[in-house]
Amino acid sequence: MTTAVKKRSNVGDFIMKIAPLTVLAILYILFSIMHQGKFMTMANQMNILKQTAVNCLIGAGMLLALITAGIDLSVGYNAILATCTIGVLMQNFGITSALILIPVAILVSTLAGFINGTLLTRLDLPHPFVSTLGMKNVLWGVALLITSSKTIGFTNKGIDNTLWIGRATFDVNIFGLKLLTGFPVSFILVLVVYGFFHVFLNHTALGRQIYCVGGNPEAARLSGIRSKDVLTVVYMISGFMCGVAGVVLAGRLNTANTASAATYDTDAIAACIIGGASFRGGKGTIWGTLLGALLISTIRNGLNLFSAGNDIQYIVIGSVIILAVTIDVTRNKLEARARKLATV
Amino acid sequence: MAEQFVVELKHVTKKFPGVVAMRDMHIQIKPGEIHGLIGENGAGKSTLIKVLTGVYVPEEGEIYVEGRQQVFKNPVQAREAGIACVYQELNIVKMLSVVDNVFMGRRITNKFGLLDYAYMHEEARKALSALGHGTIDTRMECGKLGIGQQQMVEIAKAITQNAKLIIMDEPTSSLGEQEVKQLMDTVRLLKDRGIAILFVSHKLEELFELCDRVTVMRDGEHILTSDISQMTGDSLIEAMVGRTLENQYPKIPTSRGEMALKVENLTQIGAIRDVSFEAYAGEILAFAGLVGAGRTETMRAIFAAEKPDSGKVYVKGKEVSFKNPGEAIRSGLAFLTEDRKGQGLVLSESVKTNLILSNIKNYRKGPLLNHQEINKVSEDNVKTLRIKTPTIEEVVVLLSGGNQQKVVIGKWINSDADIYIFDEPTRGIDVGAKIEVYNVMNRLVSEGKCIIMVSSELPEVLGMADRVIVMREGRIMAEIPRESPHFNQNDIMKAAWGGEIA
Repeated sequence: MTTAVKKRSNVGDFIMKIAPLTVLAILYILFSIMHQGKFMTMANQMNILKQTAVNCLIGAGMLLALITAGIDLSVGYNAILATCTIGVLMQNFGITSALILIPVAILVSTLAGFINGTLLTRLDLPHPFVSTLGMKNVLWGVALLITSSKTIGFTNKGIDNTLWIGRATFDVNIFGLKLLTGFPVSFILVLVVYGFFHVFLNHTALGRQIYCVGGNPEAARLSGIRSKDVLTVVYMISGFMCGVAGVVLAGRLNTANTASAATYDTDAIAACIIGGASFRGGKGTIWGTLLGALLISTIRNGLNLFSAGNDIQYIVIGSVIILAVTIDVTRNKLEARARKLATV
Repeated sequence: MAEQFVVELKHVTKKFPGVVAMRDMHIQIKPGEIHGLIGENGAGKSTLIKVLTGVYVPEEGEIYVEGRQQVFKNPVQAREAGIACVYQELNIVKMLSVVDNVFMGRRITNKFGLLDYAYMHEEARKALSALGHGTIDTRMECGKLGIGQQQMVEIAKAITQNAKLIIMDEPTSSLGEQEVKQLMDTVRLLKDRGIAILFVSHKLEELFELCDRVTVMRDGEHILTSDISQMTGDSLIEAMVGRTLENQYPKIPTSRGEMALKVENLTQIGAIRDVSFEAYAGEILAFAGLVGAGRTETMRAIFAAEKPDSGKVYVKGKEVSFKNPGEAIRSGLAFLTEDRKGQGLVLSESVKTNLILSNIKNYRKGPLLNHQEINKVSEDNVKTLRIKTPTIEEVVVLLSGGNQQKVVIGKWINSDADIYIFDEPTRGIDVGAKIEVYNVMNRLVSEGKCIIMVSSELPEVLGMADRVIVMREGRIMAEIPRESPHFNQNDIMKAAWGGEIA
């Protein structure tokens, strides 16, 4: 009895794991046929990677929050705040050194994350939904305040060093064969960061503790894990990743614009959930999140090639998010059922 | 039929996977009688209540209401048949008004299809007056009422539904003295109206004061039903515990070592008061008492799971004041909680992660985890504790209760503690696994560790403990060493029920 159930749940597990990959493959085939000569070009593929980078960086932090059964709704404006910090330091204080601009921007975002964590754990706000939703507005306000609600342009301002990481691309030629052209450096950054996250989540004590706090905070606390500290660190890391994303954004958009954060939070959540994370916490992997983020970028890119406007894009992405959450809920129900059967 | 019963149960059996919770149970309740129901923790009282209220559907047996056979497939059917229950945890929505609570789940509409509040207020007022509580304003928000009055709202809900039998599950456990008196008056008013009451209580004196008849349950079976006037406190207790000790407790004698833990006047307002005791290396100290006697609260206070309001704790002679469980663990304490799934395990994680949960930082090589070491330790645990699992990577939720418990025990053994607090260590696990748990306890004490075991199973206490402390209502009632003539079920139960040990 028990073994039969286990087999079934393993098969289910496997299907759930490869589902995003399968969908991605189907989309690729579909778009390749429908946008012949437009979708499967080197330039367009590199474009997708470029567009994915910011979501990947934000999504990595979001993943941690989701693993702890939390959420960070402030990510979008936290990233924008980092970009605006760079703009203000450059415009109002004449600072052009990347060695100052980048660390300060990341520090500001990390601080915002620390506040998120502190509100949640020390003021015992009921759910991070509350603290981070409030902080989302606070950070937006701060970004408007420091920029006096004006867009700051970065072109020819002497901060190209800072913008490099979000802007630069490189080619890979092997024996004269053009393997890759215009590969974005920002996506290399993503791969490096994700490698770190993989090691962090699976091979460090704190990483495993994050999963345990997410799976059962009380059991974790009674086993001597400082659940509150772990949660605070999680939101700080999420803030940190927003800071990194903000730096990449500066290079990609060439402006600091408080109006551009619209979909970052939902995109990041969607990437994590599609990648196997659950609102109930306790699970999710960094590579799943990468797949999720790529899936979303691919959909957006495909729609763009249809010259679908923002309207259609919002509708489609919104539906994808709801679908992903439905899958998550169904998955949980199936698991609960498998569990019930296993104990009989 | 010679005598008409309002509710009658015949040969009812309720099984759960691996356990029979109620076997061949029968009970007959007459109209307008107050029928007491007592039994030890786990005797099957809750199961009986849940069968009567349609929460559980029994596998075998018949339920009759006023002579007609009924099959309750869900709580609504039981309610419609006239059986209501006032649970220990009240089903009151505190944000809603009295009248909304009384009529919850029912729609009484006027001719416009809107809720007929005029009628509902009138009915609620009538019901409350019948209970002797006509002064309660039906417009009042329930959360602003005292617990006793909230209980009245629940009872009013039952009588507006024309309940013929009202089950009261430990209704006095959270009431003050005055409120208990009022409740008893109300119960007698209900009796006068011909409503039968099934009164479940842990307090003998209340049963003697209130009930006409009493039924005793033990191990899921009916032991006796008798007029209460025929019974004495001692005879009731004997009926509750009266079983012989089987040889399923492999206790080995050990010698008592140095003092490991000393607790002085530990107090947590509303839960425990002035708890003082000492525990020694190489002994098993048991805590007996009824559910809610403050045993778990005492342990949580020692372990800083909940910070005590006052009192002192000494570990190996040194005073300590833990800020969180982590500090307690570092001082050599381990706390196996009674709620294995809620507080002991991360169910979504693997066996090995759970085994190293309390000391994960000891398995580091530089900044990274040493997976080789972790696997070695986990494999070791699985072998020595005989945890039945396909691999150490298995998610613990898929293990049986006994094996889950062994994982928790393994976690604490790995933390290398000196003082082990085991709160209901064998709850919900089968006999074979129980004996293995006892063997682990034996091994620990023979290694000179100190074990404090909270247990509601008296045979287990008598079988394994070197000394037993009995608690009642947050206080220590008695301390009985194994050599004492009072080290027996009846005397421990007496102390737990508030009696004097002669």
